[in-house]
Amino acid sequence: MSLYYVILQQLINGLILGSFYSLVALGYSMVYGIIKLLNFAHGDLYMVGAFVGFGTLGLLGGILGVGWLGIAAALLISMLAVGLLGMLVHRAAYQPLLNRRAPRMSLMITAVGVSFTLFNTVMVMTNGEYETVNTSLGYSGISLGPVNVTYTQIVMVVATALLMLALHWFIKRTMYGKAMRAIALDPDACRLMGINVTKTIGLTFFVGSSLAAAAGVMAGVYYGSIQFFMGFIIGLKAFTAAVIGGIGSIPGAMLGGLILGLLETAGTQLPFIGSAWKDVFTFGILILLLVFKPTGILGKSEIERM
Amino acid sequence: MRSHLRIPERFSGTKGRIVSLAVIIILIILLPLVANNYVKEVITNAFFYMILALGLNIVIGYAGLVDLGYAAFFAVGAYTTGILTKAGLNFWLTIPIAVIFSLIAGVVIGGPTLRLRSDYLAIVTLGFGEITRITARNLKITGGASGLVGIRKPSLFGYPLTHSSDFYYLFFILVVLAAIVAFRLHNSRLGRAWQYIREDEDAAAAMGIDPVRTKLYAYMLGAVFGGVAGSFFAVKMTAVSPETFAFTQSAMILMAVILGGMGKLAGAILGAMVLVLFPEVFRTIGQSRQLVFGIVLIIIMIFRPQGLWPERRN
Repeated sequence: MSLYYVILQQLINGLILGSFYSLVALGYSMVYGIIKLLNFAHGDLYMVGAFVGFGTLGLLGGILGVGWLGIAAALLISMLAVGLLGMLVHRAAYQPLLNRRAPRMSLMITAVGVSFTLFNTVMVMTNGEYETVNTSLGYSGISLGPVNVTYTQIVMVVATALLMLALHWFIKRTMYGKAMRAIALDPDACRLMGINVTKTIGLTFFVGSSLAAAAGVMAGVYYGSIQFFMGFIIGLKAFTAAVIGGIGSIPGAMLGGLILGLLETAGTQLPFIGSAWKDVFTFGILILLLVFKPTGILGKSEIERM
Repeated sequence: MRSHLRIPERFSGTKGRIVSLAVIIILIILLPLVANNYVKEVITNAFFYMILALGLNIVIGYAGLVDLGYAAFFAVGAYTTGILTKAGLNFWLTIPIAVIFSLIAGVVIGGPTLRLRSDYLAIVTLGFGEITRITARNLKITGGASGLVGIRKPSLFGYPLTHSSDFYYLFFILVVLAAIVAFRLHNSRLGRAWQYIREDEDAAAAMGIDPVRTKLYAYMLGAVFGGVAGSFFAVKMTAVSPETFAFTQSAMILMAVILGGMGKLAGAILGAMVLVLFPEVFRTIGQSRQLVFGIVLIIIMIFRPQGLWPERRN
């Protein structure tokens, strides 16, 4: 009974955690797919998203309340704002290097610089303190035997699923999505075909960043507190998730996030791992995976030229 | 044509360089006679980062490999010395042991990962850096989250090193040694192999250079620099805590190398100096100095991607 309870409870926790990882991993994978850049700043966009959501909730809370309506508004505003921020980062920091066809090492270091800039900005603004996200969601929910699933948890998983479906539709069914996929294959040919490559890359940043912001707002609401450093570790985890699924692959990022979330919550329950060694466990998985199957579950193999 | 012109230029350059180098060294030696403790501490700190930057420069500049977890090697050295001196071993004897452990750490990190694509390497080294920090925080032997305190300061031929001037000179000697080793490495057979691999790995492999092994040597040697610096750091500070080795530390060392110019010895030294002196000079901006660093890093990559004082590549 108690084992069944633990497994079911951890399955739910893992699913929630995995949803956050998936959303962040998607942006990582999309940006990597289109310009082959490991956007180290991506985790920080998630963090900024959480803070914008928190700020919006504070401003709109008086009008819309701090329930579902207020949170939905905060989510949308944060997605929009961080999406634009992602585009700005692309334009200001990455595009000049892409224009020059700079080596990938320079791009990566720029990304580290962007990450530093973002999280230090938030650190200075918040004095490095934790902020508590107050909501009126409560803990009511439905009971599955001995396990209680809150409505908050259900809504988060459903919201994540909806965002992913929307993304899938966007990538597969719209002209913009088609342009993105084409650029990932051959940017020069796309230019000749009249596709505005720079704008499309900007759009990719917008979409990826807003998904990270959505995860940030939801994580803030779910865990109840946010801090400037929260983006760093999730950036690493989301990258791990993207690699598990196969970097550059959209379904791979979704799948990888869920697998990582479940593995990690299972890991905390194992003897000798526990929560103190959780991150070591995750990075251990990443390293083993990269050594033995670097293409991930759904990724295609490719030959690198630096 | 240009190479012909450059030969006399080089000769006069060497002469000028030796003179200016001698002046700088004399100034450094004389400085503690006039400077106060604060200035000496800051410059000692700069020396310390120079050693780390020279070490990381082997990995990034010479061999062209990314390492975002360099602080891990620094941690290995610091903890090895910290634990062993607390157990009663003489500080100077802990250094060879720290070197051995750093070498092992270099092999452990480099061995499985150096076959990976360069961007994967970045994230894996980052992950390893975090693993090292978390391990140090969770183990009993490393003192857990509070780290090690009360590490004894060393003595040299019976003379205890306690004053800030002692460490100033000690670290200066280390910088000189590190610079000589780095310089000799750069011009060695191995150094040329690194450059070859950096420029064209396939061509290097075709010429009979084993890329993985050669890259691994870069990691191991870089690790030794970090480890030795860590050993001296532990006895200078008399305390080691896991948070010293967080990602920001790795990023700082990386920035020193990038700022100065990848692959160039003087560049790494200059980068470390700017990195340490800049926040001291601009103390008033306080907390936001790392923010400024982030912006500076982006600007450098856009406008001067080769760093402030880059290597001249033919």
